[in-house]
Amino acid sequence: MKCEKQVVILNRLGLHARPASRFAQLASSFDSEIWLVRDGQCVDGKSILEVLTFACPSGTSLLIQAEGPDAKEAVEALADLVATRFGEID
Amino acid sequence: MEILKGIGASPGISIGPVFLLASGKVKTIKTRIPASRIEEEMARFRSAVETVEGELNRLICDLPEEIKEHSNILQSHILMLRDRMVYDKTLALIKEQGINAEWAIKKALQNVKAIFAKIPDAYIRERLEDIEFVVKRVETVLSGNNVSLDLFAVEEPVIVVARDLSPADTLQISRENVAGFVTEFGSRTSHTAILARSLGIPAVVGVEDVTLHCYSGELIVADGLKGQVVIEPTAQMLQQYQDKRQRYVRYRLEVVQNSNLPAETMDGYRIKVEANMELVDEIPIIIQHGAEGVGLLRTEFLYLDRKELPSEEQLFYVYREVAERLSPYHVTIRTLDIGGDKLVSSISTDNEINPALGLRAIRLCLRERGLFRAQLRAILRASAYGNIRLLFPMISGKSEIVEVKKVLTQVMKELADAGIPHNKDIKIGIMIEVPSAVLIADVLAREVDFFSIGTNDLIQYSLAIDRINEAVSHLYEPLHPSILRMLKVIVDAGHSAGIEVGMCGEMAGEPLYVPILLGIGLDELSMNAMAVPKNKRLIRQSNQEVCAAFATQLLGLESAKAIKKRAVEFFRENYPQDMETSDFLEFGITI
Repeated sequence: MKCEKQVVILNRLGLHARPASRFAQLASSFDSEIWLVRDGQCVDGKSILEVLTFACPSGTSLLIQAEGPDAKEAVEALADLVATRFGEID
Repeated sequence: MEILKGIGASPGISIGPVFLLASGKVKTIKTRIPASRIEEEMARFRSAVETVEGELNRLICDLPEEIKEHSNILQSHILMLRDRMVYDKTLALIKEQGINAEWAIKKALQNVKAIFAKIPDAYIRERLEDIEFVVKRVETVLSGNNVSLDLFAVEEPVIVVARDLSPADTLQISRENVAGFVTEFGSRTSHTAILARSLGIPAVVGVEDVTLHCYSGELIVADGLKGQVVIEPTAQMLQQYQDKRQRYVRYRLEVVQNSNLPAETMDGYRIKVEANMELVDEIPIIIQHGAEGVGLLRTEFLYLDRKELPSEEQLFYVYREVAERLSPYHVTIRTLDIGGDKLVSSISTDNEINPALGLRAIRLCLRERGLFRAQLRAILRASAYGNIRLLFPMISGKSEIVEVKKVLTQVMKELADAGIPHNKDIKIGIMIEVPSAVLIADVLAREVDFFSIGTNDLIQYSLAIDRINEAVSHLYEPLHPSILRMLKVIVDAGHSAGIEVGMCGEMAGEPLYVPILLGIGLDELSMNAMAVPKNKRLIRQSNQEVCAAFATQLLGLESAKAIKKRAVEFFRENYPQDMETSDFLEFGITI
């Protein structure tokens, strides 16, 4: 199964160390493959380094894609994480 | 004996053996692996990673409560260690190129470095340090030199001396075994300094070449109060420091235990003692030290070292967090107080011959309306989440504050029209730091809800002294009769108009001046959080009437010298206990 959702990074410092680590951690808990896409560029959502080096400042619009048995749940959970600013008050 | 100067980043005295934290590279031994032993080599790498992972997990569990919130740094280390760019890549290199694990992980790291070098965001680029840190740990384990994390091996408390300490290094260091930190780099606001303060470990940073001046095991003194390090102390010096340490520990214990008692004089006069702050990380320190709110939140740091201006959204999140976490205490947010030269290039200012008298603070904000409105909107929006007051810097005349209020009214109307919550009755105040504002304080008092005296600039502008200029810095004199008279004029003007008068300059946190300020009748003193407990204690030992008579007496004296002499006498007579410990009272001004 394939699933995707558009999100916007709201955190003050963008997708920096802590959010990237939370994202990769949550992504890794799913079986599906997870990708982050921006302007045709794409990185592995389970890799903290790839997410980090994607260097998304606050306001960046990203597409979360998932493919696998739990794709729908994964996309929803990850989109929620982004929307709630990764549980950070920053 | 040798005394090296630095910056006191966390108060206290520490005497102990040096532990030089090697910042050097682990030497990589490169070899080729025969095909028959590739599997074995891969297993060796996997096992090294497991060891490091285990260490990190144990560290996370063992983190003391005060710094638990920093555990995410270690969590991300684990993720980095297991990241496919590091873990999978190293395994692939071992297998495909037949090289040993040390060599392979080095190559994998090079690859990551190249990618990081291209990242425009300095903050993210710096995370490379974390990757280098975990890789170094794996390398150490692979080398068979696994003394576990270096400092676990230490038996007695040591003073850690390093070129620089990353937050990760500081977290690794088990508290029981560390008596102090000394580094060549770093500032008072660096992460390590903040951690050292929250752990109550003395720290001196910015000590040039300190790692070249001592060796592991030798006894040194780290004086976090004065910001200095003593190498090869003489027996006499050592004795002095042991006494000082003992006195300080006793003093500190008493002071902190009582930091939440109100700042009320013996005759029942209540004054508010607040903290100056800059970084969100300082909130726990502010609360611990018994500050009754924030008298000055400097907002410049969000604008510095950036390629573009911070957005309203970014500012809002920061202000909201500060307001929420410090509620119900008030947080006084001072609008941007810098010159255009410090800002991003999008705001062009001509090179100014005399920036202190140039386009800065409120002058800049009134010219760059977009910048100003974004900050006001962010502050107002945050005001719905706590107790925020607004403070405008460098007001020199009535027309400026009138103009500022006009902008504020417009911004409030925009917010109201858009249905965005904010505090419509937000208190507004101005800094009194330009001599012209002192002379018309009665006029300005009718325009605002409070005054805050910025003594640093007020003294500089009044005495025409550039404090940075060594040739004249000795003339910078807070106890100049003109300054005391100005303080009196400001306080009287404020009180006649029924508004509160506070002070947020360095003068407010210096114990020697506090009885004078009490006597003149200030309502609020805002200072470095560290200086709060001792000054609250001083106030509790004071009698306002006595201080008032003392202040009147000082106002009759004709020179700074005479005033200072009398002030010291008064202090000695009334606060003998604090006089004895006066050598650490310096901390309030030195940091």
